[in-house]
Amino acid sequence: MPGLGTSVGRGGATTAQQSLADSDAILIMGSSMAEQHPVGYQWVVEARERGCKVIHVDPRFTRTSATADIWVPLRAGSDIVFLGGLIHYVLENEKWFKEYVLHYTNASTILRDDYVDAEDAGGLFSGWDAEKKKYDPETWLYKGSEPKKENGQSLPGHHDAGGGHAKDRGGEAGNTTEFETDDTLQHPRCIFQVLKRHFARYTPEMVERSCGVPQDVFLRVAETYAAASGRSKTGCICYAVGWTQHSTGVQIIRAAAILQLLLGNFGRPGGGILALRGHASIQGSTDIPTLYDILPGYMPMPFFDADSKTFEQYIKQHSTEAGLWTKFEDFMVSFLKAWYGDAATKENQWGFNFLPRVTGDHSELGYWLDMKDGKLEGLFVMGQNPAVGAPNGRLQRKAMANLKWLVVRDLVEIETSTFWKDSPEIERGELRTEDIATEVFLMPAAGPAEKSGSFTNTQRLLQWHNKAVEPPGDARSELWFVYHLGRMFKGRAARERTPKNDALNALTWELPTEGAVAEPSAEAVLAEINGRDLTTGKLLSTFEDLKRDGTTMSGCWIYTGVKPAENRNVANERSAHDALGHGWGFAWPKDTRIIYNRASAAPDGTPWSEEKKFVWWDEEKREWTGKDITDFKKDMPPDHKRDLSKGGLEALDGDKPFGMHPDGRGWLYVNSGLKDGPLPTHFEPLESPVENPLYPQHQSNPPSDKKQRPDNPYASTPHDSRFPFVLTTYRLTEHHTAGGMSRSLSHLSELQPELFAEISLELAELTGVSPNDYVTIVTPRALISARALVTPRMTPLIIQGHQIHQVGLPYHWGWKGIVTGDVANDLLAISQDPNVRIMETKGLVCNLIPGRHPAGHKALDELHELLEERP
Amino acid sequence: MSGATDHTGIQPGEVTSFLTDSTLCIGCKACEVACKEWNGISADGYDFTGWSYDNTAALGHSTWRHVKFVEGEITPGIGGNSAQQLSWEFSSDVCKHCEVAGCLEACPTGSLVRTEFGSVFLQPDICNGCSYCVISCPFGVVQKNEDDGRAFKCTFCTDRQKAGMMPACAKACPTESIKFGRLDELKVEAQVRLATLQSRGMTDAQIYDPTHTSVKGIHSMFIIRGEPETYNLPPRPEVPTIYLKDAWKSAAFEAVAMVGAVVASFFFLGRKG
Repeated sequence: MPGLGTSVGRGGATTAQQSLADSDAILIMGSSMAEQHPVGYQWVVEARERGCKVIHVDPRFTRTSATADIWVPLRAGSDIVFLGGLIHYVLENEKWFKEYVLHYTNASTILRDDYVDAEDAGGLFSGWDAEKKKYDPETWLYKGSEPKKENGQSLPGHHDAGGGHAKDRGGEAGNTTEFETDDTLQHPRCIFQVLKRHFARYTPEMVERSCGVPQDVFLRVAETYAAASGRSKTGCICYAVGWTQHSTGVQIIRAAAILQLLLGNFGRPGGGILALRGHASIQGSTDIPTLYDILPGYMPMPFFDADSKTFEQYIKQHSTEAGLWTKFEDFMVSFLKAWYGDAATKENQWGFNFLPRVTGDHSELGYWLDMKDGKLEGLFVMGQNPAVGAPNGRLQRKAMANLKWLVVRDLVEIETSTFWKDSPEIERGELRTEDIATEVFLMPAAGPAEKSGSFTNTQRLLQWHNKAVEPPGDARSELWFVYHLGRMFKGRAARERTPKNDALNALTWELPTEGAVAEPSAEAVLAEINGRDLTTGKLLSTFEDLKRDGTTMSGCWIYTGVKPAENRNVANERSAHDALGHGWGFAWPKDTRIIYNRASAAPDGTPWSEEKKFVWWDEEKREWTGKDITDFKKDMPPDHKRDLSKGGLEALDGDKPFGMHPDGRGWLYVNSGLKDGPLPTHFEPLESPVENPLYPQHQSNPPSDKKQRPDNPYASTPHDSRFPFVLTTYRLTEHHTAGGMSRSLSHLSELQPELFAEISLELAELTGVSPNDYVTIVTPRALISARALVTPRMTPLIIQGHQIHQVGLPYHWGWKGIVTGDVANDLLAISQDPNVRIMETKGLVCNLIPGRHPAGHKALDELHELLEERP
Repeated sequence: MSGATDHTGIQPGEVTSFLTDSTLCIGCKACEVACKEWNGISADGYDFTGWSYDNTAALGHSTWRHVKFVEGEITPGIGGNSAQQLSWEFSSDVCKHCEVAGCLEACPTGSLVRTEFGSVFLQPDICNGCSYCVISCPFGVVQKNEDDGRAFKCTFCTDRQKAGMMPACAKACPTESIKFGRLDELKVEAQVRLATLQSRGMTDAQIYDPTHTSVKGIHSMFIIRGEPETYNLPPRPEVPTIYLKDAWKSAAFEAVAMVGAVVASFFFLGRKG
């Protein structure tokens, strides 16, 4: 999310899936879109049928490759070399879109004299603190922009405990409205020149050496994709967790954003970056977050000791001097009014101190380690099956045995709710049921058709679903559960008016309910999210009307407009009247389908070309018009000169489309907001069979955190003779993530009934495995058995002169349901990338041996034997 | 994309067809699942085959749509949509609803009938399980459910068609690989599509619609790349009844011979007597 957020301003997909049909080239990488997004893939097929070139880069030949024009196998974990190679190709061959780059990106901005690039320091940027393993990013700022440091505190976004999810605005580390530029792009310290030097070694030869992609194949991709650029052509990049789940994930996405900025592909039909979200409302779960470090609408959670002493300090730290984040205070006050109502007053800083403070790593993986160490008492698990779906499953299941209580809500009895009686740890004698004190509550959950509410999908689109049938028996919606639980908490807090309970007592928690079970109205929740004018009581239709004086409220400013009137729910509207689907659902912000669409017109406001005409300036009407809601100030002309006194978009020039950024530009170089550097730099995965060919002194991403400990061990890297092969995990069309919703269904289970490992004919021969044989896959964490699916779709690659084999493993199985199997995620380590603390699942190392592992405790004996073997 | 309330506009009496285009299939198997869900067919085994991503293996009494996964040659730089080679092809198989249907001709009970949409429908309440249709289908589509005793196959969602809805498989297909419409219109569409594919260099593309054999064409045509055998489709499917003429001939010959033998035996017996 900060990959896109810091690059262009918002962490969401910049385009709509329908717009793929207008692409001239589509690069799908870090995703098997045909398999995971078969419905959205129709527009890829449609584009292809219109002559668009579809390129799929993936270690495996998947169903996406089978329907693409070009398939490129690469070594899992070498993505930045490949993308860096494309950037290098575009720069060296003058393929970049000059007018776009000059006006709409920060290519011309000049950097400080003390900035040192990773290329000049063996892989580290300036500001590295080797002891703390973190960067001080001050030297990354633009020349002339002052750092926003206060009281010697660490810079926002670089707090030890901080996550990176709220860094979308970027720029909070400095006043980025003041900077120097060189429009000739010749200044040696201008970003364009820095970028050229940074990627100078990402050559086709390097791509071949590191990714295993033959140079001629790479150049075919480079030529094909770079051609989708300029006034009359566009290209789109689609990615999913195949990019995010790496120790360099955010920087992989950054590299894609740089490529798209250079080719002039943001804000235009058929362009952009489509962040494909893994399931139904993943985009929604960051918009209105389930994450520890942000509040709704990408506003940061206050931290205990950094930026949150006073409301004023917090607002100052996170506002900008220009662009939409100058309205940060309006959004925040309106948000606090939504949560705390009348209890939020100017006198009590709008209830700012009711918000809890982040005191440490409260990220998902962080708290599982805490749980294992006995620091957590209880856990709610809703819509998740960590016993199967999370890295280092053995550690996670043992961690749950340390809880006092565990509440699991799901459609069926999933593995997480029965770990205490039938997990592999019980079977292997590592845990004994009689020793586990965890009190487990299993609660039946209502399915999507049994409750009303909205999904926010991959393209920021809110789609409402109405309850079709009542949930059976005691099954209830999440809304019901959380609402009534909260009501009980509040009832208790009302009886115990202690300072600790102030926030609970202040919290607004009144929803109309209906029916025998008192189901809360989901539409009332939507109204609160949308926001109201508190003086008139009327619902708001745009976030532009939100105020900082306490007269408006909104639970999530980016969603304002989804419910603009009492009798209207735009998310529930179903009459699409154009190709982009306007009239069907609501896309945040303001129902904009392609964001930054000011960039679809030339700096002077005219369309770039007839073919790609989208949003343009109508001189007669003096407003922006076209095929989408303008993601810009509607009446601000292209020749507008910035007026900093006005704030907002008027504080930007009329030819600056990226209005979330304080300079209105797309950021080729990110001066603030990322913890591992302003430019993407290749590092090997935390476990890799090969040396980092670019920066041998730094094998893996320096600020990433391995969380290495006896129950989370790693292979030695580079190259551990016990684990000669590369392992990558993925999903199949036929199953849903950890399987709770698909392994219980016969019609899906029969389509993929058993865990398998996809291996090449060559690896099968090397390991003495025949098709369909059982094999055992081993990593330092665990061993599991699977059937061998021997296929030419897997191919060994030549990396630095050596043949590298890759093993592909889908992760859907567990020990419950109609079809069962070993848990592939047991093989993974808990690790954290520096920016969003996500684990690395897509590139690690393993061994593969013929035969099934023994049952019971002997499985562990075998694992320990295998781990001790060193030639 | 069509909404849920769309009416096909096709009236009973008009002949309908599928056109399943392998070059648009993404192998998602939504057709298989939609078919089973709509028609209330149970799963029929949880066996890992190891045959690419195909674990349902074949059409049968409880699998009326079946996606075939054909693995070919894999070369870095070449995607499956490249004209250069066949890499990994998907093709959703289904009952062919033959113009001259072997199953229909063989059925002694009248369970199999020609519907108002020109398709072949098996009425389970009339089927007596004799299985003549099973051995008479040139495509191996019809299968007897041994637990149930009756034969089953694709109904062409006649119930949906009567209500103006397209068959469940076609409705679920995200890429319009499964097209449903009037037979005559789809025949034209198939030709247009073939010309498009060939103009893109896919010289191996062809329409599978055996009009040249005794089957005299099918109501679920396919666009495939490569030879029909690659997809387990018979290159020259024949209706078994074409062999009847020969069978009757030989039966008549046998009968004559039998009569001759009897007469002769009387003759010899008479002589003896």
